[in-house]
Amino acid sequence: MKRWIPLVIFVILAGFLAKGLFLNPREVPSPFIGKPAPAFTLPVVGAADKTFSPGDMKGKVWLLNVWAPWCVSCRQEHPVLMGLAKSQPVPIVGLNWKDRDREAERLLDQHGSPYLAVPDDLTGKTGIDYGVTGTPETYVIDKAGIIRMKHVGPISPDVWKAKFEPKLKELGA
Amino acid sequence: MKSLLFPLLATLSFSVHAGEALPVGEDPVIEQRMVNLAEDLRCLVCQNESLAGSHAELAEDLRKEIRAQMKAGKNDREVIDYLTTRYGDFVLYRPPFKPVTYLLWLGPLLFLGLGGTIWYVTLKKRRALKDTPVDEKQLAAAAQLLDEK
Repeated sequence: MKRWIPLVIFVILAGFLAKGLFLNPREVPSPFIGKPAPAFTLPVVGAADKTFSPGDMKGKVWLLNVWAPWCVSCRQEHPVLMGLAKSQPVPIVGLNWKDRDREAERLLDQHGSPYLAVPDDLTGKTGIDYGVTGTPETYVIDKAGIIRMKHVGPISPDVWKAKFEPKLKELGA
Repeated sequence: MKSLLFPLLATLSFSVHAGEALPVGEDPVIEQRMVNLAEDLRCLVCQNESLAGSHAELAEDLRKEIRAQMKAGKNDREVIDYLTTRYGDFVLYRPPFKPVTYLLWLGPLLFLGLGGTIWYVTLKKRRALKDTPVDEKQLAAAAQLLDEK
């Protein structure tokens, strides 16, 4: 019995390391889950006289998708969002993060916009208020304006099915 | 495709940033305070770099923010609170002592205790072995075995 102990310890250690190998280091637990979405008021891309703030969405379950025209994985995500905009499970708001080259409007005209509104966060401060580390990141916000989930990285159809659909159902979207 | 693209882009963006010097604030006192603080904070983009040393754009923005807040008269504690409410304790290289981190902080002591116990028990066993009187019959048997060889 005693001589098995090192093997048992090795297997346990290897198990932990193997698990760690497949975790996503970008998936940092967000301190915002269960907290109200930080307030902001920003001008809207393509409609200079309008502004958007999260309070406008009260009573709806919605997604805040943080994206940028210079972000490559956002382009990868774009067709998935377009599909969602067509099937309309929830409204999507696209926070345009640090678009210094002012490309968002042209890009959305060219490829289509999946967004209900595109608040323009030129300085990146609103993104920082939401704890954004890199685009794309997507927040699920409930009817009371509480952040319920955060997804880091592009939304793929698989991620949508596995992560978003159950959450949205739970929130009654 | 994606797996190929990412390393490629990563090297690209680094080569762009490599030549740039860090923007230095105009006030050397605040600069020093900011660097001291940022050395103990994690850059959220390059997770093994400190916020002070990282060339990532987000790190630059956060340094700018820290500078601005210090200039506005906030103390280090308040600046750290600003960052942890947004990015969580993950941003701290020195995690705070609280229930979820008890094992992290006390783990080494636990292992020291475990090692000490094993050490003590082994020594005690050995001492007990030394004190057992030698059995004449067994001694004779042992001598015989040795002789046979």
